[in-house]
Amino acid sequence: MSFVSRGFRGRRREDADPSRVPPGQYVTSDFPVLSAGPTPHTPLEDWTFSIVGEVDEPRRWTWEEFRALPSEQVTVDIHCVTKWSKLDTTWEGVSVDTLLDGVETSAEHVVELSDGGYTTNLPLEDVTGGRAWVAFAFDGEPLQPEHGGPARMLVPHLYFWKSAKWVRGLRLTATDEPGFWEVNGYNNYGDPWREQRYWGD
Amino acid sequence: MDPLMLDGNAVAGLLQEVFAVEMTTAIATCGTCGAADAVGATHVFRGAGIVMRCPHCDNALVTIVEDDARVWIGFAGVRTVQVTV
Amino acid sequence: MAGTAVLGRLTWRVAELVDVVVETPRVKTLVFDVQGWPGHRAGQHVDVRLTAEDGYQAQRSYSIASAPNGTLLELTVELVDDGEVSPYLTDELQAGDRIELRGPVGGYFVWEPAQGGPLLLVAGGSGVAPLMAMIRARDAAESHAETRLLLSSRGWDDVIYRDELERRAGDGLTVVHTLTRSQPPGWTGYTRRVDAEMLAEVVPGPTERPLIYVCGPTPFVETVAEALVGLRHDPQAIKTERFGPTGG
Repeated sequence: MSFVSRGFRGRRREDADPSRVPPGQYVTSDFPVLSAGPTPHTPLEDWTFSIVGEVDEPRRWTWEEFRALPSEQVTVDIHCVTKWSKLDTTWEGVSVDTLLDGVETSAEHVVELSDGGYTTNLPLEDVTGGRAWVAFAFDGEPLQPEHGGPARMLVPHLYFWKSAKWVRGLRLTATDEPGFWEVNGYNNYGDPWREQRYWGD
Repeated sequence: MDPLMLDGNAVAGLLQEVFAVEMTTAIATCGTCGAADAVGATHVFRGAGIVMRCPHCDNALVTIVEDDARVWIGFAGVRTVQVTV
Repeated sequence: MAGTAVLGRLTWRVAELVDVVVETPRVKTLVFDVQGWPGHRAGQHVDVRLTAEDGYQAQRSYSIASAPNGTLLELTVELVDDGEVSPYLTDELQAGDRIELRGPVGGYFVWEPAQGGPLLLVAGGSGVAPLMAMIRARDAAESHAETRLLLSSRGWDDVIYRDELERRAGDGLTVVHTLTRSQPPGWTGYTRRVDAEMLAEVVPGPTERPLIYVCGPTPFVETVAEALVGLRHDPQAIKTERFGPTGG
């Protein structure tokens, strides 16, 4: 890349502790809104969250039932494959461990299911052991629809396309089922620290 | 109505860089609802990558992911594309 | 020469800024000299790419405002508060500086004089840029196609190409303004956002089968396109170019 636009600096990129910034990322204080489709607007009275697939029996929570579950506040760094990272973001959500508590399964994989049909796949171990939440609040406020509200997945150790917005359930699967972006060029796993953005990375 | 949405025209440059022909006037037939529309009239969303959706049924017609040297174009939602040569 | 260029695989070209025209307090037209420019058609745009010293890149699309018969390329850029690219283009870029651009692209949103009219052009703010290219092309080709431009601006001093539009009006070109936030003393024109009622008063009827081009911020384009369909214009005759939530 030899061409440089004299004097162009771009969006103010924050200085940050390099050990917190994965390769190829830029830290921002904005919260860019990126979406693969139109923003859904499921009314809360119609909203449910389900655990389905390779499970002893499916689980389902209404919004009231979901919000009655124990939740926690977490502060995490998030990394988008489009190269922006946001440090020390605060969320409130229900741990996936809580949702899977008591669920019997032999499945090793999971697919996140969203309103509008978006899917993304992960190994089950990447959403358990305190690594993932279904988040309903960001920065102390209820999660806005443009950022995935009423609830989205939060899986901060992977690129943020693995944290589905407008999430409505998890489907546990015996075999790995690549999701929307995974079949279309993005990496099947998506570890920002190994810069696994695309196929073949 | 989604304020983020653009027209298919917005990715004209990218498509022409890949296909070397004018693509926004190509007619894509939606594999879900059968509607045929100019690529320039599809609804474009920018997520982790670009998604072009059918303006009638919102079906994802085309996805575009690019890095510095490669472009992945998924046509899963399109039945046929008609291009004028 | 417009239209005779062989479409091939596009690559990024280097463009040098040669002149700047201040259109309004927030809008400038940048005039570029582009090596090997193949010509363009009215309505097309270019993708502009900027690269910072650390390799960070940003890309935006800008409609070409100049008529196809020029040798220099004109892009009209509105300064967006908190924007990433527009402040650089309007405040930092100087004559002699270079940017990268790719194009011309976008054969979908194109009008050529051979298509004739009647022509209905509806623009929100800087959305007028590609439509101005169409008006300039129309005049360069000495077309008398009946053309109506409905232009929404914040105030009289925010009307882009205001004086040029006044000069070009007549001989089949009608320009209707709506000023949504402030109006000059004695203003008798529209003072509100474009709505179905205004369009019903301004646009030709559907039986005239106008070619329709709508350009501007996404919400503006949505409102206008829906209203035109409601007025029974053929949806296939309505071409839209949405800028997204802001101009960039």
